[in-house]
Amino acid sequence: MDCDGQNGKDVVIDCCINDLHYGSFKAVRDTHIPIKKQKITAFIGPSGCGKSTVLRCLNRMNDIVRGFRFSGHVHFGGRDIYHPSIDAVAVRRHIGMVFQQPNPFAMSIYNNVAFGLRLNRYKGSVAEKVEEALKRAALWNEVSDKLQKSGLSLSGGQQQRLCIARAIATDPKVLLMDEPCSALDPISTRKIEELMLELKTHYTIAIVTHNLQQAQRVADETGFLYVDTSEGGRTGYLVEFGDSKQIFEDPQQQHTKDYIGGAFS
Amino acid sequence: MDNNIAQPPTRLQQTYDVIFRGVCRSSAVLTALLVAFIVIKITVAAMPAMRQYGVNFVTTTTWDPLTRNFGILPEIWGTLFTSFLALIVGTFFGVAAAIFLSEGLLGQFIFAVLKAVKMETNPFLSQLPDRLEGIIKNLIELLAAIPSVVYGLWGIFILIPMIRPACNWLCAKLGWVVFFGTPLSGPGVLPAVIVLSIMILPTITAISRDALVAVPPKLRMAAYGMGATRWETILAVILPVATRGIAGAVILAFGRALGETMALAMLVGNANKISLSLFSPANTLASLLANNFPEAGPQEVSVLMYASLVLLAITLVVNIIGAWMLQKAVGVGGGR
Ligand SMILES: Nc1ncnc2c1ncn2[C@@H]1O[C@H](COP(=O)(O)OP(=O)(O)OP(=O)(O)O)[C@@H](O)[C@H]1O
Ligand SMILES: [Mg+2]
Repeated sequence: MDCDGQNGKDVVIDCCINDLHYGSFKAVRDTHIPIKKQKITAFIGPSGCGKSTVLRCLNRMNDIVRGFRFSGHVHFGGRDIYHPSIDAVAVRRHIGMVFQQPNPFAMSIYNNVAFGLRLNRYKGSVAEKVEEALKRAALWNEVSDKLQKSGLSLSGGQQQRLCIARAIATDPKVLLMDEPCSALDPISTRKIEELMLELKTHYTIAIVTHNLQQAQRVADETGFLYVDTSEGGRTGYLVEFGDSKQIFEDPQQQHTKDYIGGAFS
Repeated sequence: MDNNIAQPPTRLQQTYDVIFRGVCRSSAVLTALLVAFIVIKITVAAMPAMRQYGVNFVTTTTWDPLTRNFGILPEIWGTLFTSFLALIVGTFFGVAAAIFLSEGLLGQFIFAVLKAVKMETNPFLSQLPDRLEGIIKNLIELLAAIPSVVYGLWGIFILIPMIRPACNWLCAKLGWVVFFGTPLSGPGVLPAVIVLSIMILPTITAISRDALVAVPPKLRMAAYGMGATRWETILAVILPVATRGIAGAVILAFGRALGETMALAMLVGNANKISLSLFSPANTLASLLANNFPEAGPQEVSVLMYASLVLLAITLVVNIIGAWMLQKAVGVGGGR
């Protein structure tokens, strides 16, 4: 697959997957997604098509899976993060991640947010950074008087915002979010969406979502993945990528039309 | 006739329910009664000795059936000293082994080797990491199946000759350190502690492993996602969550160590001494009981019953302290 040519200067992560295997199972093929600076890029598609897999490729979270193999490249800051000389742990310190299920650590709210700062042996005032991150995550007002309480004592929506605060406390360049709202009620979802639009001014965000309205509301660019069963397997691939407006209002591919049409007609 | 699928429980089902509940309840009550019965019987049998010796029994150090002087302070000390040391050693290695097994470190290593020789997708070999982990886990649990007396024999004929030169060298060179204050002439605290820690290892490993495996994978993911290394993840995120289970394992193991009899009777030296030296012979309550019952006269039986009551009390206190510490740990860990 040809991944060159179309990368402007504003591309932060240039993800180009030729083949991706879990053991002998080919999960994703031919997927090229350029993620642009200070934009929100959404991945949509049916369940099992490999959205999470592609997202986890971007900060090498798949490396934890035994049997994971990858051919292609993911350029970040001018270098391929899959180059043998690059440490996966270092990559994850620059590219933060928020998961589907809120997963705060079983420690105080303060320590949750300070976790990454301590990992990176942050020299400045940890307390200031914690406060800043909680404010950016729109959680400060709700927890400022109980920072020493356990992170698990918060509601689901608050926990998810705590996880966002934890992820942005170390100022990562990019924030990956895998269905961050699927465990939340509409009000919390709204809050997180507003938060994403707010965070966009500082960070670059890639988000996986099942909620097409959500993708339409927040994403600048959208990639549609689909499952190819023609070779007997279930291999995901990128069908169409482009401006969200174009993807949702004027999709070019039949699969995209069917998928989006099913949701909006 | 209505053709609902949902029907109320029949008479038979209700009867089963009542019987089942009855059996469970009476089993629970029976167990409690049994414990009470044992404690009461021992207390009654210990009464004459308690009246005669009172508190002196636990504060004096001579044990002389001829002059009818009985004191078990050295045995109390020996019991606590050996159990405590064994617990430190056993917990360290047991938790380390549990981490090794629960985190798939071995599997990862084997997989890396397989990958290096490009065999990782081979259907037989790709099973190897999981299989080997299972085998090691079973081997550790097998340690619990070895009879106590076999441990004792192993200690006498293999362990003691093996460690003796090193111990005596330590004593000669570093004799001023209290722990190395005396030479090892045969049985003693150190062999007892080593064997005891091997005996409690399977308990600690098995229960700690379960606790570690039960830590929600999403916490692991969160830590890795933050860019924590494997060890940072284990130490800062996973171990704290598993503390409760691990502490439970340690308390259970402590109980086992306090009461262990046969191996200790063979290895601890049965000497009425209070010493901090690891190489000095000592004695424990359980081995005192085991050694003295065979030739105990009716009066002495009462004394031994008193000693077993003390052992029971120690075990009980340890368990209560443990339960209390567990509760504390929950408070700090913040629930779950
Ligand atoms: N750790 C793993 N080991 C093996 N196979 C995996 C693993 N994770 C995902 N897969 C497989 O890869 C394929 C893509 O999974 P993925 O989780 O990326 O889908 P998804 O698009 O995120 O689906 P969903 O919308 O349901 O979350 C699936 O067929 C899945 O079975
Ligand atoms: Mg997914």
